[in-house]
Amino acid sequence: MNNTLFRKHIISIPELNRYDLELIVDTARKLKIDPNPTLLKNKVVASCFFEPSTRTRLSFETAVQRLGGTIVGFDNAGNTSLAKKGETLADSVQVIASYVDAFIMRHPQEGAARLASEFSNNAPVINGGDGSNQHPTQTLLDLFSIYETQGTLDNLNIAFVGDLKYGRTVHSLTQALAKFNNTKLFFISPDILAMPDYLLQELRGAGIEYSLHSDIEDVVDDLDVLYMTRVQKERFDESEYAHMKAAFILTADMLKNARDNLKVLHPLPRIDEITVDVDKTKHAYYFQQAENGVYAREALLALVLNEQF
Amino acid sequence: MIKEHQLQVEAIKNGSVIDHIPANLGIKILKLFNLKDTNQRVTIGLNLPSSALGHKDLIKIENVFLNEDQANQLALYAPHATVNQIENYEVSKKLKLALPHEIAAVFACPNSNCITHNEPVDSHFAVVETQETVRLKCKYCEKVFSRKIMTECN
Repeated sequence: MNNTLFRKHIISIPELNRYDLELIVDTARKLKIDPNPTLLKNKVVASCFFEPSTRTRLSFETAVQRLGGTIVGFDNAGNTSLAKKGETLADSVQVIASYVDAFIMRHPQEGAARLASEFSNNAPVINGGDGSNQHPTQTLLDLFSIYETQGTLDNLNIAFVGDLKYGRTVHSLTQALAKFNNTKLFFISPDILAMPDYLLQELRGAGIEYSLHSDIEDVVDDLDVLYMTRVQKERFDESEYAHMKAAFILTADMLKNARDNLKVLHPLPRIDEITVDVDKTKHAYYFQQAENGVYAREALLALVLNEQF
Repeated sequence: MIKEHQLQVEAIKNGSVIDHIPANLGIKILKLFNLKDTNQRVTIGLNLPSSALGHKDLIKIENVFLNEDQANQLALYAPHATVNQIENYEVSKKLKLALPHEIAAVFACPNSNCITHNEPVDSHFAVVETQETVRLKCKYCEKVFSRKIMTECN
């Protein structure tokens, strides 16, 4: 496949087309089967995390090292010139990007990665999460996990459960799935945490069929993928939460009539929205999904930094 | 009516006239769209009587011809404004205002956590028009806002 991602910034899912997404998924699949420890040989990659992260940072850094590259960077902004001396992000990026071949960053403010891409002097910027906005590499590992378990990204029934209002992983994955054919989406959430209108409008514009629900059990038997997220207790008063939480917590019992191919995904960390008895069912796939974060990020780094391989 | 206009603000020989600006927006438009950054003569009329608006503001800039893109930037701010090009005291072209595809450095992003508030970049929005509502999508934080809640940059 022609590498359309060479030296590209990876900031936001809507900028990637179906071909780009398939290229990343296909490359991740190949690297999972056949590791290649030389793809980032002699490359230095910055890993700049301006806010804490566990899975994203460690899987990015693992990906760089498994491909033979080296890492520079920091895992919190507390000791940087931004925090200590009041330097702008634009200046910091300009300097750090001049040292490295690619720049991975997470930042608590929305738009930080886009801004960085304007000051990185052509070093590709990879967004590891910008505030509540985008987290494109989570979406890429989600797509890879869906492809890996279903053998296709077309003709799928996919439900999202939980906090759909604030959940950036849900928003980005929805935007990605809208690029595939005959996708049917089910949104299951309390009213006050429903999908934002502007995203539903985008789905209508893309001709995607979707429906809104208030209980997992309404749709679980028709699904290929059940994507869980957490309904945060803090958003409700205690009695309200106690009353509604059962509708958004997945138990093994609820899966007894599910399709054989149904897989349950979750961006993790899981708190109590998936009970541990689900872990032992054939439907649980969230830990493999987290492992796929390394392969999806390897694929992205390999494509961005090598025209051909 | 035309005669009355000519008496209110002196006619220009060549240049652009922005008319039918809602009263009190004239100075803001001058500032926001950098119309004052010129050595040419700029005349501004404030609170002029207007049959359509009650009161209106008006800006005349000599020897500067606003193009359609520049005129369209005004459409978001003063959708009923008109922009005419003047040659030899005659209206040579009436520019029809259409919504621009994007607008930069005019509105502040309403998202207080948007990176544009602390960094050396101009705000930048794509203009999205759907079913008679106009919304602006920030190029940086990607949030979408109704035109009605936007306020200009300081």
